Amino acid sequence: MLTKRTLLSTLVGATLACATLAPLPALASKAEDTLNVAFSSEPEALDTYKIAGREGLILSRHIYDGLLYKDLDTGEFKPALAESWAFTDPMTIEFKLRQGVKFHNGADFSADDVLTTLNTVVKPDYGTRYQISVDWIDRVEKIDAYTVRIHMAKPFAGAVEMLADALPIYPHEYFAANGSAGMSATPVGTGPYQLVEQTPGVRYVLERFEQHYAGSPKGQPAIGRIVARTIPEMNTQYAELMSGQLDWIWRIPPDQASKLERRVNIVNAPIMRIAYVNFARAANEGGYAISDVRVRQAIIHAVNREQIAKVFGGAASEVLNSACNPAQFGCEQDVTRYDYNPDKARALLQEAGLADGFELDMTFAAMPRPVAEAVAADLAKVGIRVNLNENQYAAAVQKWREGSVPALFSNWGSYGIGDVVFIQSNFFGGGADDQIADADIAALLQVADTSNDREVRKANYSQALKKIADRAYWMPMYNFNINYGLADDLNFQPHPDEFARWWLASWK
Amino acid sequence: MFRFLLKRLFVALLVALAVSSISFSLAYLSGDPAIAIAGAGGSAKDAELVRQLYGFDRPIIVQYTDWIGQALQGNLGTSYYFSMPVSQIIAERIPVTLVLGSVSFIVALLLALPLGIMAALKPNGVLDRIALLIAVSGQAVPSFWLGLILIVVFGVWWNLLPISGADSWQGFVLPVVVLSYYALPTLMRLMRASMIDVLQANYVRTARSKGLGMTTVILRHGLRNAILPLVSVAAVQLGILLSGSIVIESVFALNGLGRLAWESLLRSDLPVVQGIILILSLVYVLLTTLADLINAWLDPRIREA
Repeated sequence: MLTKRTLLSTLVGATLACATLAPLPALASKAEDTLNVAFSSEPEALDTYKIAGREGLILSRHIYDGLLYKDLDTGEFKPALAESWAFTDPMTIEFKLRQGVKFHNGADFSADDVLTTLNTVVKPDYGTRYQISVDWIDRVEKIDAYTVRIHMAKPFAGAVEMLADALPIYPHEYFAANGSAGMSATPVGTGPYQLVEQTPGVRYVLERFEQHYAGSPKGQPAIGRIVARTIPEMNTQYAELMSGQLDWIWRIPPDQASKLERRVNIVNAPIMRIAYVNFARAANEGGYAISDVRVRQAIIHAVNREQIAKVFGGAASEVLNSACNPAQFGCEQDVTRYDYNPDKARALLQEAGLADGFELDMTFAAMPRPVAEAVAADLAKVGIRVNLNENQYAAAVQKWREGSVPALFSNWGSYGIGDVVFIQSNFFGGGADDQIADADIAALLQVADTSNDREVRKANYSQALKKIADRAYWMPMYNFNINYGLADDLNFQPHPDEFARWWLASWK
Repeated sequence: MFRFLLKRLFVALLVALAVSSISFSLAYLSGDPAIAIAGAGGSAKDAELVRQLYGFDRPIIVQYTDWIGQALQGNLGTSYYFSMPVSQIIAERIPVTLVLGSVSFIVALLLALPLGIMAALKPNGVLDRIALLIAVSGQAVPSFWLGLILIVVFGVWWNLLPISGADSWQGFVLPVVVLSYYALPTLMRLMRASMIDVLQANYVRTARSKGLGMTTVILRHGLRNAILPLVSVAAVQLGILLSGSIVIESVFALNGLGRLAWESLLRSDLPVVQGIILILSLVYVLLTTLADLINAWLDPRIREA
C-alpha cells in the first residue's frame, strides 16, 4: 500500500540520515588553546555598573581593569591602573595613574577616563545597580593628565575594597559617545581579554589582549581564547564536560559532585556566601514568642547545624557562630556559641513559659527546600511548629522589609568582598533590611563603617557581633562552597569571592 | 467569507489585547520587580532607585497604557537585563524557536497522518497496536528524560550529534526528535479516531461500492473530511511548539523564546516578558484564526454557521 510504503521509507530515511552523520570531533580545547566554559544563567549586559549577576561580572573582570586590585591569596591591595594612591585627608584619595596603558580600541588611558567614568556612574540617573559601590564618591578631580583625586561624599571603610576591580574604568571618548548601551553591546576596557563576539546572554568569545599593560597585577594570560556559553541544564553540562566539549563548569550540587568525581576532575572551594536565619523586629518589640531572647536561643540550640552543613553544604562548609563569614576582615569568632542541645532548648522554652512549644512562620528564599525542611524538622523535635513559606527572593525580601516575616531563611554573599562592612551594616546598621533595629549595634557599626583606623573598626565590629550572638538575633548557619568541574588538562585555582580568574588558568 | 474573516480577525485582536493586559498585571504578582531587578544583595536603596528609574512607582494602569501605546507603535521597550531593545532580543531568539517548532510539527504531522490512517484501517490490528504503543509512550515519557537519554547515547557514547546549541543544523536533530515525539500522539490519535468515523460513513461505502480502490477512497474522499478536526488541534499544537518548549530549549541549550520567557520572568525583566507574551498570543490567535479559515474553506457549512 502506498501509505505503508511512505511510512517505511520515511522511517528508513530518518534512520539513515542519523547513521550517516560523521562522528563529531571532540573540541580539543588545549590543542586549540580555547577554554570552553559554561554558565547555567545568562550573563547580563556587560556594563559592570548596571549588573548584579556573577556570570556577567566574571566576564567583565576579564575585559575591564580597576584602579586597584586585591590579591586574595595575600589580602594585599596592589596597583592596577593606578600606580600608587594615598589619603591626602580622611575624605580625599589621590591616585598617580599608570602611563602607557592601552584600551582595546587603541585609545590611551589617562586621567580623563577615570574622571568621565566615575563622575558619570555616581549620578543617580545613570542607574548604577549597587548604590553602595558608588554612593561614597562625591566627585573626581583631575590634577594633571596622570593624577586624579576622589573626593568622598561620606567616610566609607569599604572604599579601597570597591576600587579594587569593582569599579572598572571605561575609555572616556567611547563611553561619552556610546553610553551604557554602547559599553554593553561592544565593551571596551584595558583588561587581559577583549570581547570579540557576543550573542547577549548566550555566547561570548574573549581573546587575549596582546597589548595588555606590562606590570598588571592580573598578569599576562596563558590561555589565548575563552568561549563562554549558557547551558541551563546541569545534566547537559556534565555530558559536555565528559565528552570533552567543555573545560570548566561550576555550581555543581554536592550530591551530583560526589557522583561525577569518578569521571571528571571536581574541585571544591569555600566562598563568601553564607546561609542564615534572621529574626525580625518581633525579636526586639515584644508580644511575640520570639521576642523572648530565651526562645531565640532555644531555636539555635534545637537546630543540628553541624549535621545540616555536612549533609547539604558539602565538604568545605562549616558551621558558623558569628553573623559573618570568617574569611572577612572584622569577623569576630569569639562570640557566644550555641551547641546542638535539644534538652537545653526544651529547658529554655519551659523557662520562657512555652513548654508546649509554639508556631513559627518561617519564610525561605534562595535556599533549597530540603534544607529548610531539615531546620523545621529539628525545631519540631522541641515543640516548635514551623510553617514554612517558600518565596521568590524578591517577594521574600519585599515582605521582610515590610516587617511581615518573623523569620527569614536565606543567604548573603557580601558582594564577594572580604570585609564585614558588606554584611553587618546591611542587616544591623539601621537600613531597610535591619528589622531588629538595635540602636546600640547600629551605633557601633556607624563608627566601624566610617573609620579609616583598622583597629577601631575591628573593636567595634567585635562588640557588635558579640551582642548579636548574645541576643541571638541571628542564627548563622554555614558558609557555602562551590564545586567546579574541570577538564583534566586544566589548571584552575578557585577564589572565595566567586570571581573565576581565567587569566590565571593554564593548560597542564 | 470576507465577513467571516473580518469578524474572526476582530475577535482575534480583542483576545490579544485581553491576554496582554492580564499578563501585564500577573507579571507584578511574582514580587516587587524593583527588588528583583536590584538583585540578590541589592539594598533597599538600590531597589528604590530602580523603582524610580523604571517608573514602577507609577500606578499600574498608567504603566500599562504607556506600554501598550508604545507597543502599538512597534516599540516593545528595552530589556532591563540586557540593556537592549526587546524587539532586537526577540528577533535574535525567534528563529531558533521557529525552526525547532515548525520542523518538529512537520515531522510529527508526517508521521501522525500515515500512522493514524493505517491504524484506522484495521482497528486492533498489528499496526494499530504499534501506533497505540507509540502514542502511549510518547505521552508517558517526560521530554526532559528522553532528551537526556538521547544526549547520553548520541552525544556522549557515540559522539554523533551536538548536545547543545544551535550552531549547525545537526544541533536541531535531537531536540526535534524529542519535540515531535511529544506532539505526535495527540495528532495521531485524533487522525485515527476521525478516520474510523469517516470510513463508516455512507459516502465512503458508496465510493467503495462503485469499485474505487482503497487508496483513492482514503485520499480523495476520506482525508478531506477526516482532517477537519485535526486542523484545529494542529493549530493549537503548532502554537504550543512555537511558544518554545522551555524544557527542550533548556536541556539542549537552545536560545529560543521559551527559555527567554522563563528566565525573563524569574529575573523580572518585564519588558521582555510582556513583549514575548504579546507576540505569542498574537501567534496563537493567528494560528487558530487560520485553522478556522481552513476549516471554513474545507467545509462550506462552517461559513454559514
